[in-house]
Amino acid sequence: MTIDLFFQYLFAGVTYGIIYAIVAIGFNIIYNTTGIINFAQGEFVMLGGMISISLLPFVPLPVAIALAVLVTMLVGAAIEIIFIRWLDNPSVLRLIIITIALSILIREGSLHIWGESIRSLPYFYGNEISAIAIGSVRISPQVLWVIGVCGIIVLGLSLFFKTAPLGREMRACSANRTAAILCGINTRNMVTFSFMLSAAIGALAGCVMSPITYTQYDSGTPLAIKGFTVAILGGLGNSMGAVAAGILLGILEAFSISVLPLAYQDVIAIAILLIILFVRPHGLFGSSEAAGLKEF
Amino acid sequence: MKKLIKGIILGTAACSLLAVPAMADTIKVGAIFAVTGGASFLGGPEARSAKMVVEEINKAGGINGNTIELIIKDSGADPGKAISYAKQLIEEEKVLAIIGPSTSGETMKLKKIAEQGKTPLISCGAAEVIVNPVASYVFKTPQKDSYAVQKIYGEMKNLGITKIAVLAGNTGFGKAGKKQLMDAAKDFGITVVANETYDKKATDLTAVVAKLKANKDIQAVVNWSIVPAQAIIAKNMRQAGWEVPLFQSHGFGNIKYVEAAGAAAEGIIFPAGRLLIAESLEDSNPQKALLLKYKKDYEAKHKEAASTFGGHGYDAMTILAEAIKIGGNDREKVRTAIENLKGFAGTGGIFNYSAEDHNGLDIDSFVMLTVKDGKFVAYESKK
Repeated sequence: MTIDLFFQYLFAGVTYGIIYAIVAIGFNIIYNTTGIINFAQGEFVMLGGMISISLLPFVPLPVAIALAVLVTMLVGAAIEIIFIRWLDNPSVLRLIIITIALSILIREGSLHIWGESIRSLPYFYGNEISAIAIGSVRISPQVLWVIGVCGIIVLGLSLFFKTAPLGREMRACSANRTAAILCGINTRNMVTFSFMLSAAIGALAGCVMSPITYTQYDSGTPLAIKGFTVAILGGLGNSMGAVAAGILLGILEAFSISVLPLAYQDVIAIAILLIILFVRPHGLFGSSEAAGLKEF
Repeated sequence: MKKLIKGIILGTAACSLLAVPAMADTIKVGAIFAVTGGASFLGGPEARSAKMVVEEINKAGGINGNTIELIIKDSGADPGKAISYAKQLIEEEKVLAIIGPSTSGETMKLKKIAEQGKTPLISCGAAEVIVNPVASYVFKTPQKDSYAVQKIYGEMKNLGITKIAVLAGNTGFGKAGKKQLMDAAKDFGITVVANETYDKKATDLTAVVAKLKANKDIQAVVNWSIVPAQAIIAKNMRQAGWEVPLFQSHGFGNIKYVEAAGAAAEGIIFPAGRLLIAESLEDSNPQKALLLKYKKDYEAKHKEAASTFGGHGYDAMTILAEAIKIGGNDREKVRTAIENLKGFAGTGGIFNYSAEDHNGLDIDSFVMLTVKDGKFVAYESKK
């Protein structure tokens, strides 16, 4: 393999990987506060893309994206308030089934609103054929946007959870719910807030990746599967683990093309998911003791 | 209780009495289209076009005074669903004929069911295997994929291209097309030096483009699919600065793909029916008036650009309507009427059906097109 080809694969892999990582972080935020996997996470990504595309004819691109993130946040909050908040001590299985149903509902609703055609935002910089050459490696400027925005999301989140009072309350809620209630934290609001936060980052990711991958009413599901794999691989609830695992999976997928036929690309992700579930269910970067304390 | 039962019986009897005269002048036609799911690009426009034809017929007083009732089922491109809908339409609804399904994979599963149910099926699937070998009740409206392959390879020969890469989506259409490409290459002196299949939901192909680009032998790429990856491959190739010609299948005949690929769509070469360049046809062309009418009606009604796929649904319904004119509400007579249809102008070409040919189109129903300034234009062959 030539050096050029190596870097070309590497960039492709990092691009896929960081997108998976963002979806996985969305899973993690909700998992941390509620202990459930929100299978409608992929739909947040799709909604972000679709709403910003619909708003674009009326407002400039940054405003459209900001509004799309806001609307998706409200959708996330509405989902939690209408379907989850009032449940008294629901089982994990019940919550998972609710989120799967919601993902189907959002998908079918989007089909009715936006139809079956693919849509995309315009490239933020340049157009479909512009590329930035680094040596003889050529990448689309949008790839840098994706990597940059997703990087900022990851940094911002880790700062938020470490320093902001709200972020610390959310962490307290995930560490020990009963203790958090005793400290006067409103855990129900924290759950609502976690849905809003993960909807927002999903939507933002959906906007930046839309020019590269296109947005279609059903584009959320495959992303959710990859994101779930990455979340498990990195250790559920561990956001930095998700970033590392996401990039690892992306790079593995990209390099697999050099030895395996392209059609096997998805097999790799699923095979890794199965192996991890059998061998290290707490993920590459999670601790087995902590995982043992969780319900799911 | 007795009274209630009596009431129900009387009620049903009254209903059926009322219904009988109404049934006599309603002809039921079934339609199975992938309105949702991975092939919704095909099924959506097809269903809308067929519905449009039926509305027009009924508005004009029906066929020989009989109105058409179109029962559309959404298969979501799932062969399993297509099978159960086909059985339901044939056995329960007792439809005269079925138009669709949208994809080749589904059609292959329905071939036997149509034969056993002795119900004419006019498919909108492109693969040649649908009508080869011929099944007496199965017809299709899109041009054969083997003609598309011959058109593409013929053009490559003109351009002096001998070594190519083949990419295909993992759908029925992609697989059938890939096989045709592999089989026909030798006849045109072309070698396929690399071939790859991608998932129908693929969202990025930069890695595979990098791999193919590293192979300096490749003079052109042929991509065969009906999914959004058609636009993605074009973008990824141009972003990588790879300037070899990109050929696509007739699955590219939807302006939405051009919009999706933007500047990267420029110069893509593909075979398609004449619908996409209807305005620039000679006035003497027997299809021109029809194409312009379909395009105008469809675009006015649905506020979206007409595609060749919608045209396949339109053709299926107009051909069936023509056959009903001759055969009435009788499956066997309608089947014979379709088989004997000659010189019928549709959006896909001039249909000449026969007992041996259930597609009815020849290679001239395809023209080579290219994309220029975001629009489809006729491709000027470079000799």
